This record gives sequence, structure tokens and C-alpha cells, in this order.
Amino acid sequence: MLLIAPSIVFMTLLFGWPMVSGILQAFGGPEGLTTANFTRMAQDPYFWSSVGNTLLLIVVMIPIQFVLALAMALLIRAKPRGSSVYFYIWAIPLAVSDLAAGLVWLTVFTDRGYLNSVLASVGLEPVSWLAYDNYASMFMAVLIAEVWRATSLVFVIVVAGLQSIPKDYEEAAGVFGAGFWDRLWHVTLPLLRPSLQTALILRTILAFQTFAVALALTGQNFPLVVGETYRWYTGLQDANVASALALVVMAVSMVTAVGYLKLLKDQSEAPR
Amino acid sequence: MSHATTNKATAPADRPAPEVDRRPLARRRRNRILLQVGCILITLFMALPIYLIALSATSSRAALQEFPLSFIPNNFSLETMQTFLQSTGILGGLINSVQVGIFTLLLSLIIGVPAGYAVARFAFPGRDPYQLFLLFTRALPIVVLSVPLAQLFLQTGLYDSVLAVVLLHTALALPTTILITSSVFLGVPRDVEEAARIFGCSPVQAFLKVVMPMAIPGIAAASIFTFVMSWNEVLGASILTLNQRTLPAQVLSSLAESPLAYRFAGGFLLVIPALIFIFFMRRYLTNMWGSTIR
Repeated sequence: MLLIAPSIVFMTLLFGWPMVSGILQAFGGPEGLTTANFTRMAQDPYFWSSVGNTLLLIVVMIPIQFVLALAMALLIRAKPRGSSVYFYIWAIPLAVSDLAAGLVWLTVFTDRGYLNSVLASVGLEPVSWLAYDNYASMFMAVLIAEVWRATSLVFVIVVAGLQSIPKDYEEAAGVFGAGFWDRLWHVTLPLLRPSLQTALILRTILAFQTFAVALALTGQNFPLVVGETYRWYTGLQDANVASALALVVMAVSMVTAVGYLKLLKDQSEAPR
Repeated sequence: MSHATTNKATAPADRPAPEVDRRPLARRRRNRILLQVGCILITLFMALPIYLIALSATSSRAALQEFPLSFIPNNFSLETMQTFLQSTGILGGLINSVQVGIFTLLLSLIIGVPAGYAVARFAFPGRDPYQLFLLFTRALPIVVLSVPLAQLFLQTGLYDSVLAVVLLHTALALPTTILITSSVFLGVPRDVEEAARIFGCSPVQAFLKVVMPMAIPGIAAASIFTFVMSWNEVLGASILTLNQRTLPAQVLSSLAESPLAYRFAGGFLLVIPALIFIFFMRRYLTNMWGSTIR
């Protein structure tokens, strides 16, 4: 008990206290409790577009990341020559921050960047990928940067999950004549379910917190919810609205996590 | 994938000199080649951007103005990096980042290792709620903490100091540290510890002399993870500081009014630790993520 006491005290001080005061702050105003902060938040022209962008990004990004990560993990498991080098390179983005990832892809997508250099050298017109009026390409840029950065996390979790599955199951299925896709769908994926669920929860919660990628790539042109919190706090100096936004982010994350956990519980009843 | 493509075709018996069926071999080779092609494609996607930012950061300002840009490092120069490092706040930010990282690492080890040990070894009352509490805090977004903490630190005079960021980062890293160290301690057999006790070690001695040496590699991996997290964290650090920025916070706050060369150099400097850390941690990655999150 003595051993965990410091951690409990520390966590309560730095989690419990700020959370309570954060909630108070979000509802606080010059004259007592109010929901004015939320009204101001919702009336901000950037707010709804930031919500839309965040949701769209998550909905498109998560499936791509899971398919890609699964393919990567299966490739690694097939033990190609040089697989340890591949593993190293594929895991690097795991330790790259979202700000850095945005800056890395800025070299590619900026007006006089590498992508346009390629286009120009094959004789095509350069495109201003990150321009305000070019929503689709802006979204693609942010999406690619995020897929690049965060797929590694899913990849590592899936590799770990695959390692814990004995190869015998798949070989048995193979002996009974199951093809590659059958084995993947009926044997490997069900056995991987716990890892995939962990990755899904973690990845979705983290995806809500993305903001610096978009800030680095597009400035204010592609607002995301957490980026709005940053703007309200540092740019507009309004801590109350920033707290309100933070609460929204927290509520959405919690709902998502609980939703996934419910899903997880329902399915783990089934024998694996 | 190819291990199940067994040789099903057998040569018909009635032919005098049955030719060897080479199809399975050919298929095997084709699979190998496809495998390599897939791996190389993904490697290109993962490595090319890093190469490009390294290239941008080591090109001279004049070379960055050219269009189309060259993909080959033909005019290497440290001009861009030097200019970046001499910009206001960068060197200080670098020092702050390293300081914050190291202090966060130490603090979260001091608090986290005993807790991890307790979770791994003792069935104390309230163990399950405690673990649930840890999971819950892991899921808490950084923003939720940062804004109220900034107000709190403003009142207590901690605002805009290294310590403020250290406290926030420790709070963020602590759940992970506890979960990783507890899984590390679970990997150390209890028998070894009991043997040490039988041979006359006190509990503390048994822990320090027997358990710790076996747990050190895993704990090192956990602390590297903590450092990377702290190095990368940008939102909380920029909200909690004004002049004592960490490196990412400094880069973020001057993003809008800085030239491209500055941003490329900053991005490259932020990526370098990732290259090093993943290199040293690559063996531990799957262990850490596989066993700790559930």
C-alpha cells in the first residue's frame, strides 16, 4: 500500500483537481454558473467545421490504417529477407510527434515542394495542394501525413498480437485446404481480435487529439477540434471557452472508449 | 504465407520419364518476389518523407528556392540548420526539452516503479479499481488537463517553468510507466525473489539485488518511451509556458511567421530522436505494446 500511495496522490493532484476545476471553468463566467461559454464556442465559425473535419478524418483514416497495418504485419510475419530492417523503418513514425509529421510532409506538399517538383519534371502543372480553396487536396495531405505517422502504432500492436498466435492453427487450416484469404478471415483475424480492439480504442482516442499536423500543413485552413482549443487559449486568450472545448473533446473520447469497450465485452463472450 | 503452398501436383505415373513439376517452385519464388515488392513499397512510403526532410534541412537556402527541387543531395550545407539553431528561443527550447524529458523520466520512475511492483506482486485491496483508474487516465486527452493546470500554475507561480511541464508530462507518462513496469516485474519469477529471501536478504535487498537487475532492460525501455513522449508532447507544453518553451512548443508558436527553411530544420531536429530511440528500442516495441495495454 505504501508503494502505490505516491502514485495515487500524484495522480489525484494532477488529474482529479484539474478536471474538477476544468469543469467549473467551462461553466464559469463573470456572474456564476452559465452555459455562455458553450454558446460562444458553438457560434464560432470555425467550431462546426473543426468538428466535421475531425470526424471525417477519423472515419476515413482508421480503416485505412488498420488495413495497412495488418498488411504490414503479415508481410513482416512472412519473414522476408531483411525483415528486421523493414521493422525498424516501419516503426520509426511511432516516435515522431504530430507536429514533426506535419512539417515532414510539408516538404512534400508545399507549393514549391517535392510533389510539385515531380509534377513539373514530367511536364504537368504544379498544384497548390494546401491552398484554402482546395479542400479535397488539403484533406488528402493531412490524411496521408496522419496515416504515415500513426499506422506504426497499430502495426506494432498487431505484430505483437500475431506473435502470440501459434502458427499451428493456420497450418491446420491450410492442411484442410483453406486458401490464404480464408485463413486470414476465419483463423487469423478472430484470434487477433483482442489486439485489434486495443489498437482501435487507443488509436481513436489519440486521433481525436490530432491537431499539430493540420496546423503545420495548412495553418488555420483545416481546423481540428483540439487545434481550436489551442487557438482559443493562446490566440484569443479565453480560457473558459478553451475549457468548454476541452470538455467536449473529453466527452467524445469517453463515449467512444466506452462504446468500444461495450463492443469488446459483447464479442468476447463468444469463444475465441 | 508461402509455407502452405505444398507440392500438390505429382507427376502422372504412365509417362516414361516424368518431368519434374517446377510450378510450385516457380510459385514459391513468385511469392517471395511479391513479398519483397510489398515490403519495398511500404518502406518507400515510410522512409522517403524522412529522407526528404533530412534533404531539405541540409540544403542551403538558395537550393531550397530552386524549382523543381532536386531529389539528390548535391549541395549539402549546414546553413539552414545553423540559421535555425541561432533563431531566438531555439537553443533555449532545446535545453528545456532535454531537461523536461530527463526530469519527467526520473520522476515517473521514482513514483511509477514502486507502484508497478505493487501491482505485479501484491493483491492489495482496491487493486482492480486502481488499474481501472490508470486505464481511465490514459484515455484522458491532454487538453483537458492543460488548460485548468495552466490556471492553477498561474496562481501558484509555477507557470512558465520547466517544473510545470515536468509535472504535466509525468502525469501523462505515469500510467504507462506503471503498466509497463508491472508487466516487467511479472516477467521476473517470484521464486528468484523468494530464494533471495531464504538466503538472508531483506525484502528491500532482494528487490535491489535480485529483481532490479533482471528488470532493468524493460525499465530502460519504459523510460525511453517516457522521454520520447515528453519530447513529442506539444499542446500541453505550449499552453503551460510562455518564455520557457520546449522545442516543439517553440516551433509551433512561431510556425505562422517563419520561413519554410526554418520549419524544415525544426521538423528535422524533432525527427532525429525518433530515429535513434526506435533503433535502440526496436526489440522491446512488440513486448511493450503487446503485453501492457490490455
